[in-house]
This record gives sequence, C-alpha cells and structure tokens, in this order.
Amino acid sequence: MAAVKEAGTPIEGYIQVDPEVTRDGDVVTIDCRGIYYKHVNEAVRSAFAEGATTVRLTNVNGQRYIGTGISGKGLRIEVEGTAGQDLAMFMDGPTVEIFGNAQDGVGNTMNAGTVVVHGDAGDVLGYGMRGGTVLVRGDVGYRVGIHMKAYEGHVPVMVCGGKARDFFGEYMAGGMLVLLGMDTRIEGPLVGGYVGTGMHGGVIYLRGEVEPWQCGKEVGIFPADEADMKQLRPALERYCEAFGVELAEVLSVPFTKLVPISHRPYGKLYTYV
Amino acid sequence: MPISLIQPEFKVHIDYDKCHKCGRCVQQCGWGVYNFNERPIPDDAKCRACHRCVTYCPAHCITIKKNDLALRDNANWSAGLRTAVWRQAETGGVMLTGMGNDKPYQSIFDHLVLDACQVTNPSIDPLREPMELRTYLGRKPDAVSVESDGDGGFRLAEGSGVEKNVKLDTPIIFSPMSYGSVSLNVHRSLAMAAERLGILMNTGEGGLHADLYPYADNVIVQVASGRFGVNPEYLNRGAAVEIKVGQGAKPGIGGHLPGEKINKEVSETRMIPQGSDAISPAPHHDIYSIEDLRQLIYSIKEATGYKPVGVKIAAVHNVAAIASGIVRAGADYVYLDGFKGGTGAAPQIIRDHIGIPVEIAIAVVDQRLRDEGIRNQASIVAAGSIRSSADLAKAIALGADVVAIGSAALMALGCHMCQGCHTGSCSWGLTTQKPELTRRVDPEWGAERLTNLVHAWSHELQEILGALGVNAVESLRGSRERLRSIGLDQQTCDILGVKPAGL
Repeated sequence: MAAVKEAGTPIEGYIQVDPEVTRDGDVVTIDCRGIYYKHVNEAVRSAFAEGATTVRLTNVNGQRYIGTGISGKGLRIEVEGTAGQDLAMFMDGPTVEIFGNAQDGVGNTMNAGTVVVHGDAGDVLGYGMRGGTVLVRGDVGYRVGIHMKAYEGHVPVMVCGGKARDFFGEYMAGGMLVLLGMDTRIEGPLVGGYVGTGMHGGVIYLRGEVEPWQCGKEVGIFPADEADMKQLRPALERYCEAFGVELAEVLSVPFTKLVPISHRPYGKLYTYV
Repeated sequence: MPISLIQPEFKVHIDYDKCHKCGRCVQQCGWGVYNFNERPIPDDAKCRACHRCVTYCPAHCITIKKNDLALRDNANWSAGLRTAVWRQAETGGVMLTGMGNDKPYQSIFDHLVLDACQVTNPSIDPLREPMELRTYLGRKPDAVSVESDGDGGFRLAEGSGVEKNVKLDTPIIFSPMSYGSVSLNVHRSLAMAAERLGILMNTGEGGLHADLYPYADNVIVQVASGRFGVNPEYLNRGAAVEIKVGQGAKPGIGGHLPGEKINKEVSETRMIPQGSDAISPAPHHDIYSIEDLRQLIYSIKEATGYKPVGVKIAAVHNVAAIASGIVRAGADYVYLDGFKGGTGAAPQIIRDHIGIPVEIAIAVVDQRLRDEGIRNQASIVAAGSIRSSADLAKAIALGADVVAIGSAALMALGCHMCQGCHTGSCSWGLTTQKPELTRRVDPEWGAERLTNLVHAWSHELQEILGALGVNAVESLRGSRERLRSIGLDQQTCDILGVKPAGL
C-alpha cells in the first residue's frame, strides 16, 4: 500500500510522521525514535539537498535503507543505535558510521564510499559491491562479501574484525575481503565452510589459518608473503584507525591468502549445439 | 577412430554455373562456412542455415537444404537425441544453445480463438473510429478520484495514486536482452524504436551503455543477481526498474556471459574486467523469501524516488502463488516469462524441459490476483513466445496488461532463428560483439523495422478489438468470455477459464 502520511498510522510498529530535525550549521540531527524508515530517509535526503554535510541519526532502531542510493563525496551519516537492513545499498560516495550493530545487507551493491560499523553486522554484507570500504569491528554472518567485484579504479575493500559464518567470499569476482578473528563472540573456527566457493576474482585474507575442507574447490590457499602484506597493509591501517586497534597486534598472527585458481571457472563446462 | 560421429545438419549447395566467384558469401558468413579457392567451397558442418549468404549472394546461387541422410526411423530416439548422445560422448559437456524451446510442445495460443460481433452488437471499424491501445504499466489505486478540469471535462485528482505508472502507446514492450548478449547496435535500434513508438525497451542485466542515456524515458533498467552496471545513476536512468528473478528459457539457473564476449565496451557498461566471465548467480543472494524481495523492491524505490519496480519471473508450477507474493511484496508489475521464451545462451536441457506455458501462467496469475482482490496493485507483463498480434490479443484476453517481445524483435532485425546466439558469431550482427559483424545492423534501419513491426501488430490488434465490438484494449483485458478453445482438454479449459467452442 502506498504509505499515507498520517500521524499515528502505525506500520510495523513505527509511526509515519516526519521526524524531529535540528540543524546546527552543516550538521543536521534527526531523532528517529519510532519513526518509519521512509520518513527517516526522506529527512536524510532533504538534509543533504539543503546543504548539510553531516546527518546524525539518533535513537535508530532497525530503520532500513539508511544511506541507500545516496551519491556525493564529503557527505557523512552517523547512526546511533542499531541500523536496519540494506544500509548504504547502492551508495555512491558518502561515509556512514554506525555506533552500534548493523543488520543484513550492509553495502549491498555499493559503488563508492565508506561504512564503519562499531559493533557486529549480519548476513550478505557487500553483496555485489563494486567499490568503497566496509569496516566492521566485530563478527559478521553468512555470505559476507558475496560476489564482490572490481572494475578498473574501483576496488572494494571489506575488513571484518571478528569471525564469519559460512560462504565467506562466495562467487567473489574482485576486491579484497579481510577477516581478522579478533573482536569476537563466536566460539569456534575463524570462518565457517564454503569459503570462496565459485570465486573467480579478487583476494581474501584471513588472519590465521583455514583448512582446505572449509574452502571452495575454486580457491588456492597460500601463506601471505611480503608482497601480499604490502597490499593488505593500507586496509589494516584503516581498520586500526577506525577502531583504535594496535596494528602490531593485528600483524601478530600470520595471514593466509585465498585466490581463485581460474578467472574462467566454467570455461570448459559446455559443448556448443 | 573418427573424430566425430555427427554428420552436418545442412547441405550448402552452390550453383557454380551462376556463381560470380565474388566471394561475398565468404565475407558474409560469420560461422566460417566458406573457403575461397578460385570459387567458394562450403564446409557443410559449420552451416547453421541462417541464410545470411543466401540473402546477400548477388547471383542467388546458394541453396541451403537439410542433410537428407536417412537414419532408421525410431519414434523414441529422434535424430536430435541420437546426435546429442554422440556430442556429449565426444565432449562431456553441458549442451549450450540459444533462442527458445524448439520442441513440439502443444501451443495453447493455437488452440484458442477470439470472438466477433455479428448482428446484435455492432462491430467497430478502427479505421474510422477511435480505438484506444494506450496502456499504463504499474500499480493502480483502489479507487480514483476525479476533479473538473474547468473546461467541461474531468481529470484525475492530484494524489489519486496513478502518477507513478508508465504510459505506453501500445501494449507491447521489448523484452530484456542485455548488451553483451546482443550488440550495442541492437540496443540502439530497440531504444530508438521504443522512443518512436512510445513504449519501453529493457536493458537486461548488462547495464546501460552511455549512448542510450538520452532514451531514459523509454528504458526499463534491470537488476539481476550479478548486479552488473547497477549504481544509483543507472537506477535513475530508467522509466522503471525491473528485478530479474528468472527467465522462461532457463528457470532456476543463472546467467553466464563467457569472457570472450566481454570486450572493452561491454566491460565498461557492466563495470567488470575484460575477458573474465560475467557470472549471474542462480539466485539473488539477498532474496531468500518474499520478505527479502520486498526489502529489495523498497531499497530500489528508496534509491529512485519511488519509481515503478517490476519483478520478472519464469512461469513455473506454482506461478500463481509466487506472483501473489510478488505483488504483496510491493511490485508494480509482474513479468511472466513462459517456457518458450528465448535466451542468448542456456543449457539445452533446461531450455527445453523446465517451466510452463505462458498462456497458463497468465490465466492462473490473473485469476489468483483477482480472487485475492489485489489485481489492481500490479500490471501483468506476459512474454515467452508472443509470435503475432493474435498471440498478443489472446494474452490480453487471458489477463495480461502488456506483452513483451524479444525473439520477434530480433527477427525484425534479421534473425533467422538458427539458435547460434551463444556462439558469439551471429552472421546477422545481432548476438555478437565482433565489430565486423555488429556493424551490419544500422540502428536507423533497425529502429524503422522494429517500428514497422509494432505498428503492424498494433493495427492488427485494433482490427481484432473492432471485430470484438470494443473500442479500447482495456475492454479486452482479462475478458476470457471472448475466447473459446478448440481441442483442449476440459481441465486445461478450466485452468484457463475458457469455454470450449460451441458453448
């Protein structure tokens, strides 16, 4: 149903009214308590349209699509609370920082920009992500970094500070996906099974080791060498800077590199009729 | 041992008495059939019977015939099945093919006939009287309110909820064919024709080339599982956005554009590296449920200022329930692709054996949405072998709002249905990225032929409507009482909601 702007009409526990917006110079603060996502995001878009450079969202509790489809450099969204699904989806340039946890679909099909999550995040992070950076302090769920890709100057980077569930880097076609296993509440291995299944581009770095049975057959497993660590270092530095972690501690455990064996995994599958 | 047991499917015969020895056949053939040694020498095994050489031979001296080799008759083991076993024994590969299902399944359209007025209810002559084909694609409100236009007439009141519909001058759109599977000149032809016809072309999942940006109002941009070329700019460069879940020619499986077809321009448009395979996974990994689909629909709406978002699915067994979920998820249209729909490349076994006819899908989806009181919430687009204006009229009578044509559009541009799209060597310059072949399609020529085709079908639809005694395509939509079946079993008739002829 088309959303009707009518005070007090509840949808999924939210009310459909315009949120309270306060402006202080270039910084706009939006109180999201109990407000439907559509109205929150409308307020965010109009704040940027009216020249704000930072939008601070307070009392966020699961509102979806924050930062979704927003383009432009130098724009910043700060989220206090728990961000909802598909945060920064299709985003092209801005920075989103979440002082809390994020749900599924962070950075889905993202083009450029930065997402920093100070807590944990859910499933399907960075699906089809083409550029930009996603930094997660804690644990992440299933299918993280799935089908990340790279194109010319666009090389997406995702660093997850905790542990990850199954299908990490599945179908990966480009970019860099990093898992540190440091800030975690998950008991058990660094990463689940089916790591890099169907991978045909990009690189995965794991801080620690992974068993061959955990990985897809399309993946080659190597200890990270000096050149790899040089490639990885800027991403780690960004992670350390974002969360105040010592780089030396991150580097205290050797990294493992996963790369695809072929860029044409299905090149010999067919016979032409 | 012989290298292959497979004999050529066709025989290329050249009447050398007439042959100019000009070598044009050598130059025209994309499959490399001809060698030239004082005269053209054909290699029958490479011929796909696409008639490019036949059409361009200045002496008209080339004939393509079926290779008439006799195989002992066996109704169970057709020649095709025998050849397939030999081919797979030789290669161990999955058989890849192009275009649509070529197996002799019954065509339901061919068993349906339309009504006409006689005596008691006058028919209408569309040449002299207005005949409305205009169609609006998208969600319709539960009720409309009108206001006076101050000039003795009425107009829709503001906020009546129909603003987000896409206006089509005729209920025909072009079906999604990606840049990559078809050439840029095909995309240009489709876009130019769509603009002239007041209809839509569809990018498919290969992104939108910069040359097509001026046609944004006549383009549906597609979001598929590979998310190729998808960014906020792309989403906003279409009149509507389509989430591709499935395709009639290959329900349940993903897409796979081989690295050979990914040249510089395709790579730029898809935003992926050159030469590496472009893999569209079978599912969207952010859609595992109707709730997830709703999430994707609304993320696209959020990113586009609430443009219409459609969902394309293959017609499969439970299509009615699936379509109901799609409409409830917030889709503005549901695109039903029948099992005879075409493709740039699909495993033959999938193409020929999975899915259901679009006629059935239209009928059961339309009925289900009506039963649930949500038919107005989404348009139904039907595709998957719409071969003529008769199929178009019957599809609309069964309940479709709009049909989409892909194979017919390619045929307007020269396609002869040789089923070689997957090879990337299309002699007609359609399903190839080889520059010496793609330049064979002049977009201006292509746009004119497409415009002619759609105009012709639209005129024919007007004639059919006139015969039915109605003056707007709206009046035919879902009007199954105007259809009768011939030679369909009772249960199929019940499913279609169509009476047998005579009742």
